[in-house]
Amino acid sequence: MSFPLLTATAVLPALGAVATAAVPAARRTAAKWLALLVSLATLVLAAVVAVRFEPGGARYQLTETYEWIPAFGVRWELGVDGIGVALLLLTALLIPFIVLAGWHDADPSPSSPPRSSGGHPKENANNRWRPTQGFFALILMVEAMVILSFEATDVFLFYIFFEAMLIPMYFLIGGFGDRAHQGGEEAAATQRSYAAVKFLLYNLAGGLIMLAAVIGLYVAAGSFSLPDIVAARASGELEMGTNTERLLFLGFFLAFAVKAPLWPLHTWLPNAMGEATAPVAVLITAVVDKVGTFAMLRFCLGLFPEASKWATPVVLVLALVSIVYGALLAVGQRDIKRLVAYASISHFGFIILGIFVMTSQGQSGATLYMVNHGISTAALMLVAGFLISRRGSRLIADYGGVQKVAPVLAGTFLVGGLATLSLPGLAPFVSEFLVLVGAFARYPVVGVVATFGIVLAALYTLVLYQRTMTGPVKPELAKLPDLRVRELAVVAPLIALLIFLGVYPKPLTDLVNPAVRHTMSDVQEHDPEPEVEAAK
Amino acid sequence: MSASAVHGLWTDLAAPAAEPIARIQAPTIEYAQLSPVLIVIGAAVLGILVEAFVPRRARHYTQLFVAGVALAAGFAAVVALSVSGYATTEAGIAAEGALAVDGPALFLQGVILLVGLVALFTFAERRLDPAAHGNRVDSFAAQAASVPGSDGEKAAVKAGFTTTEVFPLLMFAVGGMMVFPAANDLLTLFIALEVFSLPLYLLCALARRRRLLSQEAAVKYFLLGAFASAFTLFGIALLYGYAGSVSYARIAQVVEGTVKEVSPALAGTMGNDVLLLLGAALVTMGLLFKVGAVPFHMWTPDVYQGAPTPVTGFMASATKVAAFGALLRLLYVVLPGLRWDWRPVMWAVAAVTMVIGAIVAITQTDIKRLLAYSSIAHAGFILAGVIAAKPEGISSVLFYLAAYSFVTVGAFAVVTLVRDAGGEATHLSKWAGLGRRSPLVAAVFAVFLLAFAGIPLTSGFAGKFAVFKAAAEGGAAPLVVVGVLSSAVAAFFYIRVIVLMFFSEPTPEGPTVAVPSPLTTTAIAVGAAVTVVLGVAPQYFLDLATSAGTFVR
Repeated sequence: MSFPLLTATAVLPALGAVATAAVPAARRTAAKWLALLVSLATLVLAAVVAVRFEPGGARYQLTETYEWIPAFGVRWELGVDGIGVALLLLTALLIPFIVLAGWHDADPSPSSPPRSSGGHPKENANNRWRPTQGFFALILMVEAMVILSFEATDVFLFYIFFEAMLIPMYFLIGGFGDRAHQGGEEAAATQRSYAAVKFLLYNLAGGLIMLAAVIGLYVAAGSFSLPDIVAARASGELEMGTNTERLLFLGFFLAFAVKAPLWPLHTWLPNAMGEATAPVAVLITAVVDKVGTFAMLRFCLGLFPEASKWATPVVLVLALVSIVYGALLAVGQRDIKRLVAYASISHFGFIILGIFVMTSQGQSGATLYMVNHGISTAALMLVAGFLISRRGSRLIADYGGVQKVAPVLAGTFLVGGLATLSLPGLAPFVSEFLVLVGAFARYPVVGVVATFGIVLAALYTLVLYQRTMTGPVKPELAKLPDLRVRELAVVAPLIALLIFLGVYPKPLTDLVNPAVRHTMSDVQEHDPEPEVEAAK
Repeated sequence: MSASAVHGLWTDLAAPAAEPIARIQAPTIEYAQLSPVLIVIGAAVLGILVEAFVPRRARHYTQLFVAGVALAAGFAAVVALSVSGYATTEAGIAAEGALAVDGPALFLQGVILLVGLVALFTFAERRLDPAAHGNRVDSFAAQAASVPGSDGEKAAVKAGFTTTEVFPLLMFAVGGMMVFPAANDLLTLFIALEVFSLPLYLLCALARRRRLLSQEAAVKYFLLGAFASAFTLFGIALLYGYAGSVSYARIAQVVEGTVKEVSPALAGTMGNDVLLLLGAALVTMGLLFKVGAVPFHMWTPDVYQGAPTPVTGFMASATKVAAFGALLRLLYVVLPGLRWDWRPVMWAVAAVTMVIGAIVAITQTDIKRLLAYSSIAHAGFILAGVIAAKPEGISSVLFYLAAYSFVTVGAFAVVTLVRDAGGEATHLSKWAGLGRRSPLVAAVFAVFLLAFAGIPLTSGFAGKFAVFKAAAEGGAAPLVVVGVLSSAVAAFFYIRVIVLMFFSEPTPEGPTVAVPSPLTTTAIAVGAAVTVVLGVAPQYFLDLATSAGTFVR
């Protein structure tokens, strides 16, 4: 038996999480380094997966199958296609930056946890309360679960990690909030736990509805194995009633639409991203939410092709609403982090649009979009986080003229922002262009409406830059320090990657295109016009 | 008229009863097959003798030893019987048709014994309450007979009395619960019901702190329980009138219409469907009362709150196991022919139970009441599996019961640890910031809550998935949808407790977490370990439940 490479990519961060959590309270720095090393080692493993993966080969590669719970028909069945590899790489790539960016986010602050003011003489809370270790352990735990959900080809296995990752995410949002809060410590704690609960309840409700659909799928198909079910459906062995298929599709789609998030199920995202620390916000939007869009592509289209086509008009309209509504609300935000959150909602609209226009350009574009949005949002949000931690405020109005005192910070912020508005030459442009081409090819009206999203993106990004970075320097900002070495080490590689993938996206498109062709054949759709390989 | 007409219990044997009286045969008792029950009941009787003859100082440890050894020996006997094939190939009827020794019976007896053992540890805990006048005390009243607040009570406390009778009471309850799911005729069912209910009524009244609340709970439980018992007994009488027998197999045959001869004494009533439907409904009602299903759930929150917490933990887990076992046997062995009549009713009961349990729990402010409503919601989930009316239904319910009972007993054991000056701090507001003070205890409790909520990788999820899958395969898909929706509602209040523990600032006058003796630590550790193991690697136990999933008749 060959080395279980895919399992290893998930087991490594999981073990790393346990080890990080076990570091003694006093050795805080050791825990950080351990987490960083583990995440880098995971990146190496993910790179090995990418190298061993042959884009032209079988649909699912590096597959592993072990019996897990035969009574439920559940197998530990892993396998990656090009889309899975791309997202696996994205996840493994972003986690080290998230760890590095969050280096000081979970240090015990002088004010909390409050030393007990008498009353509990025996208590030695601070010896056992280890927030730093917990923070990094939770990040690694999320990484392990996200990676497994990108690799699982067993529907039940996917469901387990899709659902279980909510718990560490929940503690990351609720337990480690943004210190830059207007209303003081108490209000911050209240809003933070509100955001965490909202995040959890939205996603849990979606997930539980999906559970009913997962059970229904098993009753209908008698198996949880995605390749088996897809093959059985394609060959006509497995008949599924129209209504059954539509109901099951809705159960799955709802869970993914909450996670993605799609309007009108998006309202948890601005809260969660606003209250969480910047690295955790990146973790949410750049990594965890990608599971939702990825799962639409892999499970909704693969398992329920007919129902997907049936739902396409509604999904497209919702995606368009997301694009325009998210962008409009981003324009109106006064809070930097919430602005990025609404921008993300707009971008997720593009991704879902690309998936459901059912053209190969659209779906390739959507997959690239997932990767590029991850990188560009990470760059923008992390720089914004560095800025916020310097000033102690998230309000746009509290800033002005930063580019004069901290030019590197302002410059990197600008590049991140330009990537968000899809400037040609930066990676997101390629994907957004592909999505729009795919949309125009089949539904010109949809393409026209979606284009408004780009215009609005330019508006909210440039206005944000103008208000915070240009103009006269605010007196409180006169001594604002520029980016430190650690912060540069986070931002510089991300920006380099944005430029590289913007100029030369071929490695990524080569990886993704064969997988998209498989998905297109699942839904038995053909491109309306002769292939336009726009990326070449 | 022959004697057989009256004593349906011995119907088959008594056929040659016209012979001279000297030739009556002694009943054959399969002592080996009954050994688990006999060991436990024997230990209970021995415990009474210990109360009478062993000096007060030595009683606590003697009782603990007797009960612990008996529960372990009983479990060993269950394992031995299962290994010898009594759960599958050798399964049969024992004790002249009074008891069934088969897979479900042995599986549930094993679960009850283990839960009883874990609960025994929490019963015996004596380090949590501060020492009274230099004597270590447990959660039970110094002297049950003394009036709360009276001089007699003070004297009893000062003298360092403890109510060691709780151990034999626990053993009687365990013994009754073991018979309950194994009962193979209605009279044995009723006797088992009383044998485990009466000790529980008593145990509920024995709290050391807040004695009036405890006694009130006991009275409520007793009165409502007596009503339920009366209903059950009435139903048994009607079923006897219908079938001319109290034997499960015989009633089932009459329901199916395979029995043609009619006892002369019952010629007027036998085969009368009104009696059957009424009787079945009344007996089922009694069992639904014990599992705490809506609309027979009213006692649950009050009793769970008032009873001493170790008793609550035991009652919440073991009673549910025993009662669901009996309900399964009744519905699957006696009344399968009536399936089209009871399934719609059970559908409604299950749906209402899930929804009401989940929704009412949201407004609770006391952790014990919250867990009580959660147990009601869980009863609804289990009922969804019962309704499947398929072999998968049986095995999924067995698995769910095993998973749920250990989570429950562990969760209540954690509740005993969180204390302030007034004893256990059960009001939720006092749990704020517990995660900061005692991360380990809070984390373990969070694991239990996540298991209650059915989050993947905990036993709660595996169990929930098993019953929902069985229900969906049994054609109850709408019930599954109701189930997941109420799970989503239920998740809200479990999460709320986690929020309180981890994200709220501790209040200065908040409770402390007492450091327990190894007894409670073991109980909690076992609960947590079972929760995780059944969540991550449930296959072995699912196999066990599947192979144990066949009733004999």
